[in-house]
Amino acid sequence: MDASNYLYISALLFTIGAVGVVVRRNAIVVFMCIELMLNAANLSFVTFSRINGDLNGQVMAFFTMVVAACEVVVGLAIIVTIYRSRRSASVDDASLLKR
Amino acid sequence: MTTSTSLVYLIALPLAGAALLLLGGRRTDKWGHLLATALSASSFGVGVYQLTQMLGRSTEERPVSQKLFDWINVGAFNVDAGLLLDQLSICFVLLITGVGTLIHIYSISYMSHDQDRRRFFAFLNLFIAAMLLLVLGDSYLSLYVGWEGVGLASYLLIGFWNQKPAYATASKKAFVMNRVGDMGLSFAIMIAFATMGTVSFAGVAEQAENTSEAALTGMGIMLLIAAAGKSAQFPLQAWLGDAMAGPTPVSALIHAATMVTAGVYLITRSNFVFDAAPTAQLLVVIVGAITLMFGALIGTAKDDIKKALAASTMSQIGYMILAAGLGPVGYAFAIMHLLTHGFFKAGMFLGAGSVMHGMDDEVNMRKYGALRKFMPITFATFGLGYLAILGVPPFAGFYSKDMIIETAFNAGGVKGIILGSVTLLGAAITAFYMTRVMILTFTGTKRWDENAHPHESPWLMWLPMAILAIGSVSSGFLLSRGDALVNWLHPLFDHHEEHEQHLLEPIVVSGLALTMVAIGIAIAFVKYSRQDVASVAPEDVSVFTKIARQDLMQDRFNETVFMRPGQVLTTTLVATDEVVIDGTVRTVGKIAMGSGSALRGLQNGFVRSYAALILLGAVALVAAIWVVVQ
Amino acid sequence: MLQLALEVGQTAKPEAVMFWILGPLAVIAALAMLLVKKAVHSAILMAFVMIILAVFYIAQDAAFLGIVQIVVYTGAVMMLFLFILMLVGVDSSDSLTETIRGLRSLAITAAIGFGGLMISLLGHATLGRSAVGLTAANADGNVQGIAALLFSTYVWPFEVVSALLITAALGAMVLAHHQRSTTRPTQRQLSINRFRGDSLGTAAGLSGPGVYARHNAVDVPALLPDGTPAADSVNATLSARGDMLDYKKFDLSEINTKVEEEK
Repeated sequence: MDASNYLYISALLFTIGAVGVVVRRNAIVVFMCIELMLNAANLSFVTFSRINGDLNGQVMAFFTMVVAACEVVVGLAIIVTIYRSRRSASVDDASLLKR
Repeated sequence: MTTSTSLVYLIALPLAGAALLLLGGRRTDKWGHLLATALSASSFGVGVYQLTQMLGRSTEERPVSQKLFDWINVGAFNVDAGLLLDQLSICFVLLITGVGTLIHIYSISYMSHDQDRRRFFAFLNLFIAAMLLLVLGDSYLSLYVGWEGVGLASYLLIGFWNQKPAYATASKKAFVMNRVGDMGLSFAIMIAFATMGTVSFAGVAEQAENTSEAALTGMGIMLLIAAAGKSAQFPLQAWLGDAMAGPTPVSALIHAATMVTAGVYLITRSNFVFDAAPTAQLLVVIVGAITLMFGALIGTAKDDIKKALAASTMSQIGYMILAAGLGPVGYAFAIMHLLTHGFFKAGMFLGAGSVMHGMDDEVNMRKYGALRKFMPITFATFGLGYLAILGVPPFAGFYSKDMIIETAFNAGGVKGIILGSVTLLGAAITAFYMTRVMILTFTGTKRWDENAHPHESPWLMWLPMAILAIGSVSSGFLLSRGDALVNWLHPLFDHHEEHEQHLLEPIVVSGLALTMVAIGIAIAFVKYSRQDVASVAPEDVSVFTKIARQDLMQDRFNETVFMRPGQVLTTTLVATDEVVIDGTVRTVGKIAMGSGSALRGLQNGFVRSYAALILLGAVALVAAIWVVVQ
Repeated sequence: MLQLALEVGQTAKPEAVMFWILGPLAVIAALAMLLVKKAVHSAILMAFVMIILAVFYIAQDAAFLGIVQIVVYTGAVMMLFLFILMLVGVDSSDSLTETIRGLRSLAITAAIGFGGLMISLLGHATLGRSAVGLTAANADGNVQGIAALLFSTYVWPFEVVSALLITAALGAMVLAHHQRSTTRPTQRQLSINRFRGDSLGTAAGLSGPGVYARHNAVDVPALLPDGTPAADSVNATLSARGDMLDYKKFDLSEINTKVEEEK
């Protein structure tokens, strides 16, 4: 079993996540797509760890998870705040920067 | 060299007068003219005192200098504001203050009906001060200050009656054309400083030997341009005729006796430059010869008495410049002619002013005639000046002009013959047009208007004329007696005592000159005395007359060759500025604005489109890596 | 691809079997996550992808990360997502039509380019290179190995990350904090408002839902004395969601008619 297959899967998932961020409008779904991209990166780290035979990659993935957890906490708080003020979870509605 | 502390008073007195009258305003109206005249006279007194002092010293001790203050002290460039009164300067000082004072006196009466008389006298004093600074400065830079000062005074006085647009234009024309000459002088100063490191006369004279001929030629040509501008020499002569717009005393003082001769002074003063630069010297002679004929020809066609005299001035200064261009042998004669000319031409201008005074400011000679009976004194003084300018012995012009003709013949070779012929021919034409002026003005039939009441001028006016007439009679004899002026000026000029080849004996030259003068007089008599003169200038005249009436096309030439291309150049430059420079700036601005408004479309506020742009960036990054790896 | 398939067929290692089953499933689930309308469905598919990834981690000798993935991600983070979804509206669904012109086609083109380039690059980078494996590194156990690294080489980043976690918690609290703009109404104030409101009819409180023989449920309206159903007796949230039964059908006259018909 060639370990690089995991890398292909990782690339595919990352790409799908990226498309999701652009295409979906629900803020929570966008957020989940970002999580998907982070997870895809994690998979790459773990796979590289295996290919290279040391655990640095896994430690990196661990740190990514911690940072992702922080991001989720703050990000969801932002979504809740936005929802509370404008009764909508669509990222298109928060477009005040236009003018 | 002697030092003195009283030189500065020569300049300070009239300058103080100008300042007092200009700053004092209306409250000096009553006595301003008297103060100005008194100050000018006291300046003359200082000049006479200096002359007596100078005469009492030995030749080497005669030049007097006075250092006023450290003027410029920058690195290697050190100029002191200093005054220098030597044998050459004293001639000018006495001419300027002497003739100047006479003209002040004349103007008291001449300008008595003008409500701006005080301003006029202030400007006259300013002119005297500036002109004295010009001739007393001990460096080209000091001279330059005076040079600009007289230009300013000339501008102010030509345009004194600036309520008439034509007069204001005339003053502007004079100023602008003088500017061209001033450029020449400033370039000459720059060349002197760049090549010799000094701008003082003494310094340049000392360094001239060690300087390349090319630099000296350049400096000489620049000085010649300066002289041509100030002295109305070809090709910068066109302003002098229009300068007659000023009051007649101004024409007499500035545009006949003193300021216009500044060019002669400059060339004479710079003798060390021209002696070492034969090419420049030759150009001086050529310019002098051309102007001599130019002025004479214009003079034959002018009906305006002042313009005829102005053309004559131009021609006579041509003689001086020509003499100055002949080198050491000619300088003294140039100065001598300058002095005698100062007397007789100032006298004739004052005479013309007197005629105008009696004829209600009429200047057209065709409206004069038979004035001899009504203005006997004016006729007499004018007539003496006339005889002087013709060169009839023993009047002043005979001594000075004859010497110039003689020196021209002695220049050697073809050059001598050509120059001699030109000066002789000039003398004949001078005789013609001056006789014409005399006949049209004083003899023949009355042609004036019904309501004209010609009368003799008051004594304040004819007294200066009389004094100047005495000068016209005697100055030539006095100055040339025993070669007085030549010997007086001798120490200044590097006169090689070589035995000169006389092409013609002096007596032959005098005979020739007198013959030519007689021919000129005869033609004029035949043309204007034997037949009636039309009171309106005839139109059916030869094309040459028409051209001469238009000042030999000088204005049209200037307009076609300089003004029109200049206008085209400036409009082109403006258009270039507008299109290229401003266009570039504006295009840069438009590019910024355009790209801004184009890029603004990307900033639509939708976070998803920003994410799409990030994705595109990531694609580009990966593509770059891909390209590198492949 | 053929080569890979041959490899699978030849060796048929357990890992390969697992990979070729779960890998496609993960990709399909991820794609479906984009395509489903309801956010809650997306969340469930996301959780599914994460569990598959956890399995991949474990399969690649990263047992610790695999467990953390399940506990932290699938357990905590995804539950947080669902919790927020509940808060925002559990069945709110996007329309999938694009509102920004050209964005979708741009995104898909870019994604195809990105994926293609990545896969091409990966093919260059790792094909023909065999994995070293973690047997040696995990000799003392995977958790011990990671711990050894974490508390030696990475101890500084580890501390920084802990600070980040605390900061994030504080940030969430600040964001979630709601500042009152008016003073809290007192009991007395509320009472006064109630009786001075628009209608005295509701001052005594709204009637409860009708719990009668036919529909013993909260979504059935009560009947007023004249036999007409009271619309406001049903919870407003239920009526807003459209989960309330049509109250007209509980009109007494209707029921009577029906009773007569049954007779």
